[in-house]
Parts: sequence; C-alpha cells; structure tokens
Amino acid sequence: MKAILSILAAAAVYEVVARGGWFAAALVPTLPAVARTLWAMLADGTMAGHALSTLYRVFAGLALAAALGLVLGFLMARSRAVERFFLPLVSVLMPIPSLAWAPVFILWFGLGDTATVLVVFYAASFPMILNTWTGARAVNPLWLRAAGAMGAGGASMFWKVIVPGALPFIITGLRLAFQRAWIAVVGAEMLAASDFGLGWVIFDAKEFLNADIMLASLAVIGAIGFFVERLGFAPLERYTVLRWGMVRSAKA
Amino acid sequence: MKRFSTIVPFVVVGALWELVAHSGAFPRRLFPPLEEVAATFVRLTAAGILPQHAAETLLRLAAGFAVAATAGVLLGIAMGRYRRAEDLLLPLVSIGAPIPGLAYAPLFLLWFGLGNTGSIILVGFVAMFPVIQNSWTGVKAVKEIWIRAAQTMGADERRLFRHVILPGALPYILAGMRLGLAQGWRILVAVEMLAAVPWGLGWLIFGAREFLNTDVMLAGIAVIGAIGLALERFVFQRLERYTVVRWGMMAA
Repeated sequence: MKAILSILAAAAVYEVVARGGWFAAALVPTLPAVARTLWAMLADGTMAGHALSTLYRVFAGLALAAALGLVLGFLMARSRAVERFFLPLVSVLMPIPSLAWAPVFILWFGLGDTATVLVVFYAASFPMILNTWTGARAVNPLWLRAAGAMGAGGASMFWKVIVPGALPFIITGLRLAFQRAWIAVVGAEMLAASDFGLGWVIFDAKEFLNADIMLASLAVIGAIGFFVERLGFAPLERYTVLRWGMVRSAKA
Repeated sequence: MKRFSTIVPFVVVGALWELVAHSGAFPRRLFPPLEEVAATFVRLTAAGILPQHAAETLLRLAAGFAVAATAGVLLGIAMGRYRRAEDLLLPLVSIGAPIPGLAYAPLFLLWFGLGNTGSIILVGFVAMFPVIQNSWTGVKAVKEIWIRAAQTMGADERRLFRHVILPGALPYILAGMRLGLAQGWRILVAVEMLAAVPWGLGWLIFGAREFLNTDVMLAGIAVIGAIGLALERFVFQRLERYTVVRWGMMAA
C-alpha cells in the first residue's frame, strides 16, 4: 500500500515536470504518452520481437557461461594444479569490464549476435566460476567423510554430496551472472546489434528523439529483470536448496 | 616459488596467443602479436596519449562517484533513521536498482547532452543504488543494544549518530561504495563509447575500431583492467584496514 503511494507520488512529480513546459515534450513525454507507446508496441508485436531477441542473446551467453563456470569451478576445487593455473587468470581478467571487449569482438566477429553473446558470456562467466569453486570447497568435510564411510564412490559422492552441497553457492552465482548478463546485453546491443533487441531500440530511439519509446523499453527491461528473478531464481531455490533444508528462507 | 607459479599461466596463455598470431591464421591487423601490442602501449604512453585518456576517464569516475557517495550515503542513512523517508524512497530504489544502468544511458545523453555532463550524471546515478541500499541496511543493522547502552549513558541524538550509528554502519557503507565504484567503472567505460567524448579510455577503444587498430584496443583494455584492479586493491582494502578493521568491527 505504502509502496503504491510512493510510486504515485513520484509519478505525480514527473507528470508536473513533463506538463510544466520547461522541457520539450519530445524529451520529457507525459506518462499517458509513454503508456500509449508501450501499448502500441506491445499490441503490434514489435516489443515482443525485440524482447525475444534480447532474451535469446542473454540466455545463450548465460548457458555458455554456466557450462564453462560449472566445469571449471568444479575442476578448480578438485585439483590444485587446475586451481593454480586458472585462478591468476581469472583474477586478472575479471576486473576488465565486459563491454570493453565489445569493440574487439565486433572486429573479430562482425556486428550482430555472435559479438553480443560473447560479451554476455564474458560478463557472466566470472561469477559462475568463482561461486562454483567456492561452493565446492565449502562442502562440509564431515559430509564427505560420512558419505565415504558409507561407501560412496567417486560418481555418487560427486552427484549426491558435492553438487547438492555446492548448490546454494551455484544458484547465487547464477543470479549474479544473470544480473551482470542483463547489463551486458543491453550495452552490447547498443554497440553491436543490428535491427533487433531492447538495447538497440533504446539507442535507435535517441536518433529520432523518441523519448517515449526509450521510456517504454526501459519499463520492459525492468519488468523482465524483475520477473526472471521472481519466476526463475526464487522457485529454483525453493524447489532445491530450500526444500532440502540447506538454507533458510529469510522470511520464514 | 609461489611467485613463480603465478606467472606460469600467463606465460602459457601468452605463448598460445603468439602461436596463433604468428601462424597467420588471422589477419595481423585483427590479431596482433603481443610484442606489437606492447610496442603500441609504449608508443602511446610516451606520446602522452594513453595517460591523457586515462586521466580524463578517472576524472569522470571521481566526479560521478563523488555525487553517488554523497547522495547515496545521505539518502541511505535518512532511510535507515526515518520511517517517512523509508516509506517514500524504498519502493523507488527497489524498482530503479535492477534496471541496467546502461539502459538509461541514451535517455541521460538526450536530457543532459553528449559529453561530460551526461556521462558523469549517469555514473553517479548508477553508482548510487548500491550505496543507498548498503547504507540503509547498515543503519538498520546497528545493534539495538549499543544504541540503548549509549542512550542510557546519556548520549544525545547527535553524539549517538556520530559515535554509535555511523561507526556501526560503516562496514556496510564501505561495502556499498565498493560495489558502487565497481559498477560506475563498468558503466563509464561503456558510456564513453556511446557519448562521443573526445578523450577517455572507452572512446580510445571504440574509436580504434574504425581504423582496425586492434593493438590500440588491446593496450587500452590492459590499462582498463589495471585501473580496475588498482581501485579494488589500493583504495578500498586500505580504507577498510584503516577504519573498520582497526576498530575491530571486521576481521582483516
């Protein structure tokens, strides 16, 4: 209830500014105008097309990052040699913003999907690697010894003890990876995409001073981020680590 | 021995890079050997071009971050201390924070113009969210018993704030600033590519694309990575050591 009041207050302030006539209407469109644009773009399917191509790029990059991160993370936790080889590389590459690579990837692979997916992949890989690695090392050694004493071998030890034990960290890593990927995809689309994608729409709208399209796309970007968290990660946690009693829900 | 084993991975990756670069599988302009990148780096540094780009970028980062830190700490503490401020601001912060900062970039450039003003305001805006969230959490996390103890010993509102709440919240505030600076840094590099500023590392990389100067791009990326690493290592770890670690509020 209070949340609605505060949003209404912010909207009212914005509306007064927009209608006050201090700024050009093209730059600060009124909220009904933004809503109309959003509705029109939703109705004729253009927004869905843009959102789908953005989602495709994000999940392609994220899937690659998850595959690399899980394999490398578990290997690093498992073997000292692998850890010693990759950890310095990871700590040097991680602080480089993924978007700094965008121009290089564009040169190598051209404008379009490949460059964008690679930027997303770069952004999402590090949280996956680091969290899988930390998670696999954080598995309670007592569980390992207990499972070993009960006769668990390599494979069943890995799938039944180490993977579930590391899962809370891995899910957090996935979450962080998605947040980073979501930022990276919007930026990469502004620089590298051609004709489709939410980032491209926003950037393209700037050329024509279509602030209403920009605000409408911003709303869609925010909404998708929100729903992926609510409908993707929260249930994933509820059905795995929460149900197994490995972490407690903050509210419970 | 320890130092030696950290160098090995870089030597291996460097050797692989050289092998590919010299094999002629890719055009030399797109995949330059490392000695060429190093020569470019030295040439640009000696000519003063690279330092000037870096200085301009750092100046923007400092200006944007100063805005974010001041506004973020003030708003965060207000939200932690006063119910009204929390009710009003929390919903707005929770909606604004998950939207990727770069998505705002075209809008901000439209409103505040290309160049410095737009990029500094964007960096400040994006870096502000983690600072607000952490300052708010930090104030809320101050132990009730410390506050009551201080009040019993006769601390007035001002001294309570200065001697109990501020030191108690500082570990969180510093963590928020750290996150904010890292986010601001990522956004800044990207926004320099979009905002068409005449100087700046992001622009250096993006501009080099036009002329297929991959060596310039890679030298620029190296500088960006080094600055990111240095900000983390030398600024924040030191700041933490001199404040919260010394006061015994956090383990080193």
